[in-house]
Amino acid sequence: MSSTEQAARPLSQTAQRGPLARFARTYSLQIGIVFVAIVIWLLFLAGSPQTFLSRNIYAAFMSSTPYFALMAIPLTLVVITGEIDLSFPSVMAFGMTAFDIVFTATGSVMLGFIACLLAGMLAGYLNGVLVVKIGMPSLVATIGTQFFWRGAVMVITNGQGLGMGAVQKSILYPGLVHRIGGFVPMQFIWTIIFAVVVWFFLNRHKFGAHVFLTGDNVESAKLMGVNVGRTKTLTFVIVGFAAAFAGFVVSEDLLFFWPTMGDGYMLNTLASVFLGGTSVFGGMGTVFGTFVACFIIGAINAGIVAAGMTGFWTNLIYGFIIVVSVSIQTILGKRLR
Amino acid sequence: MADVIQLRNVSKTFGEVRALHDVNFEVHSNEIVGLLGDNGAGKSTLTKIITGYHQPDPGGELHWKGERIDHLSVQKARDLGIEVVYQERALADKQSLWRNIFLGREMSNKWGVLDIAGMKSETRKLMQTVMGFTSSAITADSMVRTFSGGERQGVAITRALYFEAELVLLDEPTMGLSLTETKKCLDFVNEIKNTGKSAIFIDHNIFHVYPVADRIVVLDRGTIAGQFMKNELTLQELIDRLYLVAQTGSLAEKGEVR
Ligand SMILES: Nc1ncnc2c1ncn2[C@@H]1O[C@H](COP(=O)(O)OP(=O)(O)OP(=O)(O)O)[C@@H](O)[C@H]1O
Ligand SMILES: [Mg+2]
Repeated sequence: MSSTEQAARPLSQTAQRGPLARFARTYSLQIGIVFVAIVIWLLFLAGSPQTFLSRNIYAAFMSSTPYFALMAIPLTLVVITGEIDLSFPSVMAFGMTAFDIVFTATGSVMLGFIACLLAGMLAGYLNGVLVVKIGMPSLVATIGTQFFWRGAVMVITNGQGLGMGAVQKSILYPGLVHRIGGFVPMQFIWTIIFAVVVWFFLNRHKFGAHVFLTGDNVESAKLMGVNVGRTKTLTFVIVGFAAAFAGFVVSEDLLFFWPTMGDGYMLNTLASVFLGGTSVFGGMGTVFGTFVACFIIGAINAGIVAAGMTGFWTNLIYGFIIVVSVSIQTILGKRLR
Repeated sequence: MADVIQLRNVSKTFGEVRALHDVNFEVHSNEIVGLLGDNGAGKSTLTKIITGYHQPDPGGELHWKGERIDHLSVQKARDLGIEVVYQERALADKQSLWRNIFLGREMSNKWGVLDIAGMKSETRKLMQTVMGFTSSAITADSMVRTFSGGERQGVAITRALYFEAELVLLDEPTMGLSLTETKKCLDFVNEIKNTGKSAIFIDHNIFHVYPVADRIVVLDRGTIAGQFMKNELTLQELIDRLYLVAQTGSLAEKGEVR
């Protein structure tokens, strides 16, 4: 046997364990989350077959999960850059306040919708400025803006809600919340669109490459010429946009805007991102993981309701999920290091 | 000989620390400059000014091939043809090898859509040719975090050479490398010389610097203590002078004027 053949042997051996093992390793996070989803679903199915065999629960599921999945998917980007955004629940309401103002002034739903999205982006941009330009830790900056925007919403609306009946005549109603075939809600389709678009930019575009690099090692990224500040700011703007969009979808679906809207979205959104395997330490995460995790969280919520437990349980369980999934990440991370 | 890069009256202050003080420094075309100096002398700071990472204090000037550069950014430096192996290696640990090779200048189309297949195949080519990775466990998709120290350096060095720069800055590239890897690294420096390019080579081991450098510049506490052409001085004389610098802050022997 020649020496080159000898040298080549270990190589071909790894190749033999090859594609399947490599696939499993590369996508271990995604496989894990799908596995968790299936187990939880089977548990619910066994525990409450009536509920989980009926169509209704899945219809409810597809209409309410997008409320926070629309935000959790883009929030994944912020978390991958190593930052966090806690202001999105208030930004939902802030966007709708902009809608309120513009709609009341002009009577145009479309203009109101555009104002809503712009307001969300503005709020996201402000987070970016505080974190990137001022240099505040994002945890503190976005707690601050969370209260600030909620306060602004309350001051502007004087705590008054807005009936959204007029929206039903706008194209945005069928466009965003229509039930296709009376079953699949449009917001579910939009969630899939968000997931595909964010996945594309995260994994197939320079922007996403820079998101990973920024979160992985900000110093290396800067040394190698990645515009870290712009990358972070953009992720905040995207979350702001998504929060305003989600706020509009929720208000439109419920045909009412409450200025307190967004309360109650914090934990399930964050839990989805972390349960989905995105690292709190930055540099790692998948859109697919977040997407599946959103539906796990949604199922747990449905399960709690179906089991007749009080809503108090949801916070307990979401909190538990956040702590456990981040603990697992931390332990796995240490092992790898 | 024409200058590739020239620094005029460059100072760099970090808060209270003056890392560089009124430095005048140039690299000629097709010249290898060995940059020596104690820990904290300012070598890495000088490197980072040339790569556009740090901006010099007001008053300092940078000239590229005779033309004044107003505000050098990392991107601009790279476009000019400046490549670097940073002392801290500048890798992203949790990312794959191919992402690290193309860190900050991913291959993409004009809309920024990545050419992943292209980057992976280039990486594989580099692994077989320049990097000479012997471990079969390493693929283009391997996370850099799992690499050995030498392999990590291999990545940083390969990355700097791949893009065929006019001027390559090597900040302690041989640190922690085995004998064969060190030799390969020094061969790279010679290769830079042979292809008509220039380099700044920083290394604490003068036995590495001396053989490959054309000119040796000694930095001491932020100022240029002195410089000389290699052929003016034997290795032993160089060693003696470096001790002198450590004591007096000047390269010149007493009575010598430079
Ligand atoms: N970003 C920074 N902020 C503050 N001080 C800095 C910074 N970078 C360098 N310094 C200081 O500037 C001085 C020069 O540092 P530099 O890294 O350039 O030295 P060096 O010659 O590369 O040393 P070594 O041989 O140890 O790598 C040191 O006193 C260092 O503490
Ligand atoms: Mg240094």
